[in-house]
Amino acid sequence: MSDSVDTTVEQTADALPPPPRQRGLSVAWRELKKAPLSAKFGLLVIVGYVFVALFAPVLTPYGESEIVGSEFEPWGGPFVLGTDNLGRDMLTRLIYGARNTIGIAFVTTCLAFLIGGVAGILAAALAGWVDQALSRLVDVLMAIPALIFSLLLLTIFGTSIPTLIVIIAVLDSTRVFRLARAVSLNVVVMDFVEAARLRGEGIGWITIREVLPNIMPPLVAEFGLRFCFVFLTIAALSFLGLGIQPPTADWGSMVRDNATLITYGDVTPLLPAGAIALLTVGVNFVVDWFLHKTSGLRDEK
Amino acid sequence: MLKLVTLVAQRLGLGLLVLFAVSLIIFLGVELLPGDLCQEIQGQGATKETVAACRKELGLDLPPHTRYLSWLAGIAQGDFGVSLANQREISELIGVRLSNTLFLALVAAAISVPLALTLGILAALYRNTIYDRMVNVVTLTSISTPEFFVAYILILFFSVKFGWFPSLSNVSPDTEFWDRVYRVILPATTLTLVVVAHMMRMTRASIINLLASPYIEMANLKGMSRSHIILHHALPNAWAPIVNVIVINLAYLIVGVVVVEVVFVYPGLGQLIVDSVQKRDIPVVQACSLIFAATYVLLNLTADILSIITNPRLLHPR
Repeated sequence: MSDSVDTTVEQTADALPPPPRQRGLSVAWRELKKAPLSAKFGLLVIVGYVFVALFAPVLTPYGESEIVGSEFEPWGGPFVLGTDNLGRDMLTRLIYGARNTIGIAFVTTCLAFLIGGVAGILAAALAGWVDQALSRLVDVLMAIPALIFSLLLLTIFGTSIPTLIVIIAVLDSTRVFRLARAVSLNVVVMDFVEAARLRGEGIGWITIREVLPNIMPPLVAEFGLRFCFVFLTIAALSFLGLGIQPPTADWGSMVRDNATLITYGDVTPLLPAGAIALLTVGVNFVVDWFLHKTSGLRDEK
Repeated sequence: MLKLVTLVAQRLGLGLLVLFAVSLIIFLGVELLPGDLCQEIQGQGATKETVAACRKELGLDLPPHTRYLSWLAGIAQGDFGVSLANQREISELIGVRLSNTLFLALVAAAISVPLALTLGILAALYRNTIYDRMVNVVTLTSISTPEFFVAYILILFFSVKFGWFPSLSNVSPDTEFWDRVYRVILPATTLTLVVVAHMMRMTRASIINLLASPYIEMANLKGMSRSHIILHHALPNAWAPIVNVIVINLAYLIVGVVVVEVVFVYPGLGQLIVDSVQKRDIPVVQACSLIFAATYVLLNLTADILSIITNPRLLHPR
């Protein structure tokens, strides 16, 4: 439906001389208005979550791990969503959970991109034995399922937030490495990179100024997908009791702590799980739309 | 034919090499353990002598390469060592649990593979219709949903509200076959819901890719019937991607069981590894990760080999 409108707009735009360069913001706004409903919904969700995460202390009635009532109090009254297994306010924990869970997943994804992206571009730019060594290392690391590998590493190094971040980031950087290497391979053979080399630019310049800007769109889309994956992995680990440790409020462990309520037909434990699902769905919708926009990948035609 | 055999042999060799590397990583990982395993077991009150005795007993005083080889040799004979937590033989702990996990994965696969293939092919054939769009949104949603969310929703409805299935899948070795199936229905459904989406998206993509190739258009222009094109032209080339999709997702199932087993308190390998991580029972974690990783590697290897031997271009070389 909306796609057919898209194509006609593009066709007429192709025929006309290129329009004067517009400011980025207004272009983004126009693109946004044309976006499909699912992408708008996704953006709305992301903005909402970020807002809640940033203003957690203002929005919450109680402290993060403050015990304010007896265990498992029902909804309503002073506790909008009742209390948890230790008598802490559920709504407060949910809001702080947004801050901790999203924050940790975001930092992890950034770290994974830093490691994987740099290694990937370097492998493509340097080629030779550096490329071989890094690629084979990644092959072996990827041969072990990520969740199992992180369980093994967590046993060895113990469960704390910094180790969790580093472990997941390193394991996840393998995927980033593959993508970054694959897309940079197409860029490093271009004339402008050759020119930079002949100019005598160092490998740092080539990586950051020549290759990186040209591989941004796929990396940005991948960032969204990787974020979802990391977010789900951390949630799963926390749910298993091996991720973010109490008393830090976190959605995965909140589900675990309150799971017994399910057998009484109470939906409270589903709230943090639903919060996780809603965010990943939102991010996925936006990434889907972004991929359609940037890759010209339209199997409709 | 010779080319085919060499390719398969190459893949097999590569697979063995990867397996070897994986075992090395799992072994070396534990070497990185900060501090000493024996200190870890005995806690604060350990004296120098007891730690030394324990090191001798576990063979930790030997150089790493000797220990690696004897560990590997032991595993080849089905001996994984003893658990630190309860001093039992690990192979004994694993045996029943492994078969339980495989049973769960098989039931899930039996439901999800036919379902995903049918849905995927339908979505590819009727693409850009309302059906396709709906399937796209629904699968995108289910891919992004954590397993435990699906699991608890199923428990809430099917075991608490309607009371059709048990919420705990406790099976013992002497549970009857059909009773066993009945008990694993909910965990198997959870796994199915999680994998189907991914599997059908991949099926859809590979079929669409194929239908866009010139020789299909040629067949179309020659006026061949749709069913003839799909069965005789598209399908022989589609086997490789489809088989790949199936096997990769089976590999995913093997890993996906970890969370699901914990939710449903199912006595499988996943639960064992999680328990052991909590107790920091390193030999058990090592053994379980090796089994999970080996299954994963072998399944991926199978996918590779199957896609080579079903490739029509290699079967009929010029």
